[in-house]
Amino acid sequence: MTVQTPNGFILDTSGKRVVVDPVTRIEGHMRCEVNINDQNIITNAVSSGTMWRGLEVILKGRDPRDAWAFVQRICGVCTGTHALTSVRAVEDALNISIPENANSIRNMMQLTLQVHDHLVHFYHLHALDWVNPVNALKADPKATSELQQSVSPSNPRSSPGYFRDVQNRLKKFVDSGQLGPFKNGYWTNPAYKLPPEADLMAVTHYLEALDFQKDIMKIRTIFGGKDPHPNWIVGGVPCAINVDGVGAVGAVNMERLNYVSSIIDASIEFVNQVYIPDLVAVGSFYKDWLYGGGLSGKNVLSYGDIPDNANDYSAKNLMMPRGAIINGNLKEVMEVDLRDPEQVQEFVPHSWYSYPGDQKGLHPWDGVTDPTFVLGPNTVGTRTDIRQLDESGKYSWIKAPRWKGNAMEVGPLARYIVGYAQGNAEITEQVNGLLGTLNVPVDALFSTLGRTAARALECQWAAGKLRYFMDKLMTNLKNGDSSTANTTNWDPSTWPKEAKGVGFTEAPRGALAHWIKIKDMKIENYQCVVPTTWNGSPRDDAGNIGAFEAALMNTKVEVPDEPVEILRTLHSFDPCLACSTHVMSEDGRELTKVRVR
Amino acid sequence: MGEAPRVLILGIGNLLWADEGWGVRAVDQLHRSYRFPDHVKLMDGGTQGLYLVQHICAADVLVVFDAVDYGLEPGTLMQVENDEVPQFMGAKKMSLHQTGFQEVIASADLLGHKPAEMLLIGLQPVELEDYGGSLRPLSRARIDPAIDIALGYLADRGILAERRAAPLGDAETLASPEMAIALYEGNRPSPEEACRTADIRFLVPEPR
Repeated sequence: MTVQTPNGFILDTSGKRVVVDPVTRIEGHMRCEVNINDQNIITNAVSSGTMWRGLEVILKGRDPRDAWAFVQRICGVCTGTHALTSVRAVEDALNISIPENANSIRNMMQLTLQVHDHLVHFYHLHALDWVNPVNALKADPKATSELQQSVSPSNPRSSPGYFRDVQNRLKKFVDSGQLGPFKNGYWTNPAYKLPPEADLMAVTHYLEALDFQKDIMKIRTIFGGKDPHPNWIVGGVPCAINVDGVGAVGAVNMERLNYVSSIIDASIEFVNQVYIPDLVAVGSFYKDWLYGGGLSGKNVLSYGDIPDNANDYSAKNLMMPRGAIINGNLKEVMEVDLRDPEQVQEFVPHSWYSYPGDQKGLHPWDGVTDPTFVLGPNTVGTRTDIRQLDESGKYSWIKAPRWKGNAMEVGPLARYIVGYAQGNAEITEQVNGLLGTLNVPVDALFSTLGRTAARALECQWAAGKLRYFMDKLMTNLKNGDSSTANTTNWDPSTWPKEAKGVGFTEAPRGALAHWIKIKDMKIENYQCVVPTTWNGSPRDDAGNIGAFEAALMNTKVEVPDEPVEILRTLHSFDPCLACSTHVMSEDGRELTKVRVR
Repeated sequence: MGEAPRVLILGIGNLLWADEGWGVRAVDQLHRSYRFPDHVKLMDGGTQGLYLVQHICAADVLVVFDAVDYGLEPGTLMQVENDEVPQFMGAKKMSLHQTGFQEVIASADLLGHKPAEMLLIGLQPVELEDYGGSLRPLSRARIDPAIDIALGYLADRGILAERRAAPLGDAETLASPEMAIALYEGNRPSPEEACRTADIRFLVPEPR
C-alpha cells in the first residue's frame, strides 16, 4: 500500500523491514526502521527517539538565574549552547541588556563550539561512514604523501615518513585486537569508495584532529573560567578582564587574551589546511552519491545567531542568517518570529506525550510535557521488547515541532541555504567556490554530502568570525570599556510579578530555543525545542514526515543488514538526542543491532 | 626518582539523574575535604565523553569515580585497575557517557598517551531512574569509603593528600554552585508538578 505525504513523499510499507537500534556514534539513543523494496531502495522510514525527556518538569519552581546550570547538564555535547540559550531567555523575559564585551565573548564561546563541534563531528563521528581505516593499512605512504601535497600544498605534515609512522601505529592498534573507535564498522562493504591512500590520509587527520581539538576548547575554558563545564551568568559573562596587569585572581589578563588569539590563528590554519582539503578529497570520490536530500530542497529553517552588536536580535544584526524557506522557493526567505503563537508549534499525535483536551499544536510558551507511553495497534512485540514500531500510532519520545504547519530541516545546511537564498556575500562565495572545485551543480547541495559540506564551510566561516570578535573585543577594551556584566536587574525584587521570554541560538546541529515563563520570581514553565526535535521529529497529524525520515527515503542500500547508507545520512545531521529526549532505555550494547524481517 | 606523576582524579556522571551523579559528587567531596599537591588535578567530567581525551592523555595516573551497574548488591563498591578499566566500563547496562568513556581511553591509547596506571572506583547504584532526583542515602554513604580507597591507592604511589582543617563551602565546588547538592535537593519541584518516575524500559535486547 502506498501513501503520499502532504510534504511530497510516497511511502510504501510492503517491502521488508530493517531495524537499526541503537544508531551509534551519536549522543543519546535513537532507533530507526525502514522498509526496503526488492531493488534495495528505502520506501518508508521511521525515526524514533527512545529516551524519555523530562528536563522541563524539573525546572519548575526553580530560580530562573540557575536554569543555565541545569540545561548545561542535559547532554555532554552542547553544554555551552544550552546555557547561552537559557540566559538569553531569562534576559529577554526580564528585559536585561548585556555589555558589548559580554556579547563579543559569548559569540566567541558559541563560535568556538561551532568550530570544535563541526571538526569533531567530521573526523570522529562521521568520517568513518566514508573512510575505511582497515583499508588504510594497504596504502603506500609515498603515494599518500603525493596525494596530501596535491590536495593541500601548504600543509607541512605530508612526508612519506609521517604517513608511514601513522600507518604503523594504526597497524599495531588493529593487530592488538582492540579496534577501539574503529570497531563495529562494515569494512568490507562496497559502499566504501576511497583508495587506500585517501583512507590513510583521512585516518591520519582523524588523529591530528583529536589532538588539535583540545586547543580550541581552551578558548571556552579561559572565558568560562573552567573546563569542561564553563560558567555563565544572566546579564553578561562571569569573567572579569584586566588588561593592565595580573589583577584580581581569575581575571583574564593580556597574556590570556594573546593566548586566545594564537589559538584562533591555529584554528583557522587547521580548517584551511586540513579540514576543507579533506572534505574536497573525500567528496570527490562520492560525487555520485547524491542521496539524503530529504527536506533540504523543500523546507529549511534557521533562527539566526551571532549578534554583531549587543542586545539586537533582529535579523539584520545577526551574522548567522535567519529565515525560513518553504516548498523549495529560494526566491522568498520568510521572517521568523519565535513569539508568534501561530509559527512554532509542537504536535504529539505520534509522540509519547498527551495534551489536555483535544488540543493540537501548542506554542512552547503554552507547552505541556506529559508523558504517555502507548503503542500503536500494529506494533510487533511487547511493551518491553518492541520488534517493530507502528508508525500509525505513537512511536517516539520526540515531539513534532512545525513551522506554520510545515516539517522543517535545521542545521548547517539549512543555515547555508537560507544565507545563499538571501545573497549573503560570504556564504555565496564559499558555496560557489566549493561547487566549482568539485564541478557539481547547486542541486548537489540538497543531499547528505551537501549537509556534510555545509558543516565544513561553516566551520571555516566560524573560525574567521572568531578573529572578528577577538579584534572587536580588543578594540573595545583599548577604548577603556572593560565591563562584562550588567547586574542592574539581578535582584528578584526588581522583577515583575509575571514575565515571559524566549532565547535562541544556532547550535552546531541547528536552531535551538528555550521559552520561559516566570511567576513570583520562580520558573513557571520552561520548554526547549532543540535541533534534533526538529530534525528527528516523527509524523504530525497531517501525516508530514520529519527531516530524518525524509532524508532516508529513496536511498539505495547496498547490503541491507549493513546499514552504512542509513548511518551516513543520519550522521550527516549530527544528531544529538540527549536533550531532544532523555535517558530512558540503556542496555549499553556496543553493537548496533540490525534486524531484517 | 623522576618527576612526580601527573594524576587526574575524575568524577563522571549526570547530576540530573539520581545516583548517576555519584562520581561527580564524590570527586567534589574529595576536593572539599582534601588538599592535593600541584601535580594532582581533580575534575568534574560530567558526561563529556570524547571531550575529556586531552585530560586523560595528560595523566600518568587516572582515578575515576563512577556509578556503574555491575548487577551487584546496591551500594557495593568495586575497584578495577589498568586494562580492565575500559573493559568494565563497556561491560553492560551503561549509561550513554560510559560507552563513550571506553572509547575515550581507546582514543588516548591511539594517540600514544594512555595513562600508565588507571583505577576505577565504581559504585553499584541504588536508583538511576529518578530524573531530577539526587543521591540515595546509601550511595551518599559510600562516598567516604570510596574516597578512602582513592587516598590509599595514591598513598601507595607516594602521593599524599592533606586533610583540610574544615571542608570547603558550597560555593567552592568543582561543579557549579547552582548545582550544589543542598540547593539542588532543596528546590526540587513536588511529585505533582514533576513526575518522579520515568516510563518502563521498552527497548531491551532481543533474546538469543
